[in-house]
Amino acid sequence: MPSSTPDVEVALRNATEHWGRLVALLIGQFHRLDLAEDAVQEAYVAAARTWPARGVPTNATAWLLTAARRKVVDTLRAEAMAARKLPLLVVDQHPAAAPSGSKGEPLVITDDRLRLIFMCCHPAISPGSSAALTLRLVAGLKVSEIARLFLVSETTMAARITRAKRKIVEAGIPFAVPPPTRLAERLDAVLAVIYLVFTEGYVATEGTALVRTDLCDEAIRLARTLDELVDGQPAIDALLALLVLQHSRRSSRVGADGRPVLLADQDRRTWHHGEIAEGLRLLDSAIRHRSTDPAGERLAAKYRLEALIAAAHATSPSPSATDWRAIAGLYAELEELTGSPVVRINRAVAVAETDGPAAALALLDGLDDVLSDSKDLAVVRGELLDRLGRRSESASAFEAAIALATNAAERAHLERRRVAIDDPG
Amino acid sequence: MKYAVLIHENESRWEGAGDELVQLYHDCHAQFAKEMADRGITMLAGEALRSVTTATTRRRRGDDVMVTDGPFAETAEQLGGFYLVDAPDLDALLEATGVLPEPTIEIRPVAVFDS
Repeated sequence: MPSSTPDVEVALRNATEHWGRLVALLIGQFHRLDLAEDAVQEAYVAAARTWPARGVPTNATAWLLTAARRKVVDTLRAEAMAARKLPLLVVDQHPAAAPSGSKGEPLVITDDRLRLIFMCCHPAISPGSSAALTLRLVAGLKVSEIARLFLVSETTMAARITRAKRKIVEAGIPFAVPPPTRLAERLDAVLAVIYLVFTEGYVATEGTALVRTDLCDEAIRLARTLDELVDGQPAIDALLALLVLQHSRRSSRVGADGRPVLLADQDRRTWHHGEIAEGLRLLDSAIRHRSTDPAGERLAAKYRLEALIAAAHATSPSPSATDWRAIAGLYAELEELTGSPVVRINRAVAVAETDGPAAALALLDGLDDVLSDSKDLAVVRGELLDRLGRRSESASAFEAAIALATNAAERAHLERRRVAIDDPG
Repeated sequence: MKYAVLIHENESRWEGAGDELVQLYHDCHAQFAKEMADRGITMLAGEALRSVTTATTRRRRGDDVMVTDGPFAETAEQLGGFYLVDAPDLDALLEATGVLPEPTIEIRPVAVFDS
């Protein structure tokens, strides 16, 4: 019986959740990165074409897998005819994925997504390319969608993804989960890629919109997948807590005019309180479960501190009730752990609230040597100088920040801030 | 897969270096051989190179061939040695290179041509 269009749409949307699993499974079976992705794509296209007329199959995922596998086999046959030899992907010794289902028994699909994620986020691939490749192969976004998310042309994005795939195959990056002794180290790269996807959405570096929630949503979805697949690594819970807490403020971070709204001016009623509760639960879990491996614990500590800072803001009923002393303390710990000059800037913002702008300004000394082109450094310095009444120095700091801003909404905001210094009123 | 392991270091490290440093490097490279064997990596070749001051560069421009003293490029770090290995994958090789003392190591897969 033919299915109605909404049924097919729902079935296809649900099936998209299995995209990464299907790609991983085909890679495990055929060792061909190029063919796996194309075949899964074609299987979804075939589903969209045939399901409306023939109905949604009982086991939609199995149908897609069979269709995709047939595509790979067809291509391999054609290649054999043409006697083309293409390099195979290195696949580690792993119990061979043996999906059943051919004789009507329920199909169990082995979950190889973790191998796929570690392959895409290998440190030998640049983080930007890893992010694009992960969104394509694990999350199943179309190349055109990823291009739109990163604000580049589809051709550019397609070339970037192709280059990354070729690097994997030709450099011998294995389709494998790293050994336990290296897991934390490699997880660091994976979490950094997810964080990159999120931050690119959180304060979009390019374009006109300040927040691109679709990218943030994808980052959270990837973190959830990872959380589902890896045990005993509290760093994942901590990262997920951080992302969920930050994202809970999305509705209030941008005003109706598209301008950024500072934390102190945000309408806290519009924060997504259900998400804040979820973030706090995840953070609690990340605090209670410590990693037995020192590298895993170090990695967890970084994200835990950042999540604790996000939680301090998210749970404060009003700007004046914010526990800045606790936040300054967390930033000090984070700075000691990471040695990051960016963390120092954030610490200075918190210190300004507890010990005043002069103490905060002193913390920025020497940062220009390591952060020569930092817009954030210029903005914070400008704000602190303004509070100290050093108006001309403040104005030049804001001018430096305006020159460094790449996002249109943010630049407009800084220009107004610059004008307000000359004309406080 | 075959890889070239290209080892780069600032040669000034060896200026006035004593036997101790030579021994350290010797031990580390012996350990590297062992680490490779443990991971199923075969060493096909491996040599240390003399200083870039002994290098000779030959360049062709059109029909002219020019020979000059020294390396093709003046860089802070120079190619100081290489291995040619056959490894199961990049990760196994990266893991084995962990014991090498030199600051920069470039790993390049060897190109394969259909014959």
